[in-house]
Amino acid sequence: MSSETKQILTTDGIPLEVSLKKAEKKNKIKAFLLVAPLLLFLFITYVFPIGEMFTRSVDDKMITNMLPKTFKAMEKWDGKELPPEEVFSGFYSDYKVLIENQTQGKLGQRLNKEKNGFNSITKKLMRQIKRNKIDESQSIKEQIMKVHKRWRDVEYWQAIKRTAPPYTMAKYLKGMDMYFAADGSIAQVDEDRRIHRILWLRTLEIALFVTIFCFLMGYPIAHLLATLPMKYSNLLMICVLLPFWTSLLVRTASWMILLQQQGVVNDFFVMIGLVADDNRPEMMYNKVGTYVAMTQILLPFMVLPLYSVMKTISPSLMRAGKSLGGTPFVAFWKVYFPLTIPGIGAGCLLVFILAIGYYITPALVGGASGTLISNQIAYHMKTTLDWSFASAMGLMLLSGVLVIYWIYNKLVGVDNIKLG
Amino acid sequence: MALPSYTETRYRIWHYFYIAICTFVFFFLIAPLFVIFPLSFNAEEFLVFSEGMKRLDPEAFSFRWYHEMVYGTKNPWGLAAKNSFIIAIFATIGSIILGTLAALGLSSRHMPYKGLIMAVLISPMIVPLIISGVAIFFFMAKVGLAATHTGIVMAHIILGTPFVVITVTATLSGFDHSVTRAASSLGSNPFNTFMKITLPLILPGVISGGLFAFVTSFDEVVVVLFLAGLENTTIPVQMWTGLREQLSPTILAVATCLIILSTLILVTAELLRRRSERLRGINR
Repeated sequence: MSSETKQILTTDGIPLEVSLKKAEKKNKIKAFLLVAPLLLFLFITYVFPIGEMFTRSVDDKMITNMLPKTFKAMEKWDGKELPPEEVFSGFYSDYKVLIENQTQGKLGQRLNKEKNGFNSITKKLMRQIKRNKIDESQSIKEQIMKVHKRWRDVEYWQAIKRTAPPYTMAKYLKGMDMYFAADGSIAQVDEDRRIHRILWLRTLEIALFVTIFCFLMGYPIAHLLATLPMKYSNLLMICVLLPFWTSLLVRTASWMILLQQQGVVNDFFVMIGLVADDNRPEMMYNKVGTYVAMTQILLPFMVLPLYSVMKTISPSLMRAGKSLGGTPFVAFWKVYFPLTIPGIGAGCLLVFILAIGYYITPALVGGASGTLISNQIAYHMKTTLDWSFASAMGLMLLSGVLVIYWIYNKLVGVDNIKLG
Repeated sequence: MALPSYTETRYRIWHYFYIAICTFVFFFLIAPLFVIFPLSFNAEEFLVFSEGMKRLDPEAFSFRWYHEMVYGTKNPWGLAAKNSFIIAIFATIGSIILGTLAALGLSSRHMPYKGLIMAVLISPMIVPLIISGVAIFFFMAKVGLAATHTGIVMAHIILGTPFVVITVTATLSGFDHSVTRAASSLGSNPFNTFMKITLPLILPGVISGGLFAFVTSFDEVVVVLFLAGLENTTIPVQMWTGLREQLSPTILAVATCLIILSTLILVTAELLRRRSERLRGINR
């Protein structure tokens, strides 16, 4: 039937449907062009560099480029017994090139990371080669094996073979206190050396507890702000917004002053007789300091979304609940609280996301037992200069954050983030 | 919040308990900021209240650290303040331009993949700063912009745009598009329509987004720590080193100035928010 109806034409004689589609497309392009500059800018300076962190974190090309002939020869080796002559001669010629370029030290260090003991035997081999002790007309395998007994140990050759692929997940395993064992399987680090797992757990624990504290403290005041008359609530709102707008370092500094041993909080405890003057508790440079300071700093991010949700709840609902026979507690629990759940979700997720990646405050007031995974990343970026490991840890943290961000986006929607 | 006279005793008690909790939380939020004020006028070198200060002895107070902040020898604060303002101003301008354009596009109902693009544009606000810092550092080092003002400004534009996008999109959500159509039908070109009709209406949102971008840049330390050389030091970087190394009351003098600055910004932002709500006809 539709085919029989006459097509509607615009004044230009084009069918209306086509013309509308054209206009729609034009509008789409127009809208997209407005977003394009920012999107392009972010992709070049931000999104791609984050992607690059991934290539950096799995990159293991250095050694692949250092020992090309060795790895070529190793392709045929089954890895069970000592490798054949070709592997030894390949390694010998690769290593000679490295000595000429004076980069043999890097190889030793890299191999030593794979298996302890490589550093000394590569150095020993280097000295032999430099003194021209290796006769290239005879079996290289026999001669290398004579240099040190470890060169006769198949485990060391297996270790070299493991470094062959240009990519490695070793940094990610290290971030979880695991490593590739001699046979290529994944093994756990000794129990007393599992530092990273402790850090991950502590980061989760602190983020979780800070979220809970923020919720417990934020809910009552958001409720008060939402129910008070405008002229009072506006005044009290300043108490929430002023910290929100104040420099993070200023707020951290004030906590450092308050929590120090001769600080105001300790003075107060002594005054009310809670602690003895000569036995002032250490409240900074440990978890307590991190908890207190982070809770105060992140509290506004909990209050604002809660407030904006509570503001929309009509007070008559509570009155209705009470008039139907509920006690104030029942009315609150059955009527008011369920209505605030969207705000609770938004606030808790936001605080948790921000807390899990916190860096400045834990670094200043956290001490050794209050630092988080971010501090470890900064440490590897600045002190050990193990950038690939820092990238790996960063991406592990990022993947966790992105999962929560995705949930947040599903539940709340990013365009509903409340900023004061 | 007066209670009606028929309230039972247990609810009365509960009510006062609730008020007490709220008072405590408000105190917890705001009190730390006020510790800084008196201590910054300390005549002594320690960051604790001296006996004289507790007795309110005028001798115990002085402007010594403010003097030190401005005129001190080998003083980093002058350079830091200059850098901070230059970087923050350019970062704000950049964020406003890019963010407002993007928000205009995102608010169009023709925009394809709106949710996904919005999520990408907001992500610098969500991604932990340390990760942003590492990524931006790798990029800036590669293109040779590490330890330059330009590099830091670009980094702060990345971190500042999400705020502009959010506030401007929020302002545009109540925007009546028929006014721009009316302008077009009266013969105005799109640029004129934007300058004369759209911009004045969304201006409160733009400015408050700009304030957020300014504060973000002015307060940002993690990324700057990766990017800055000695020449690019900013106020937060100086505070960071100060807090880690020699805790001097000069920092408190600076902190006091920063609190005053943030109070001014807060007042401006609040006034703008109310004006914007009035303009959009939202009465609360």
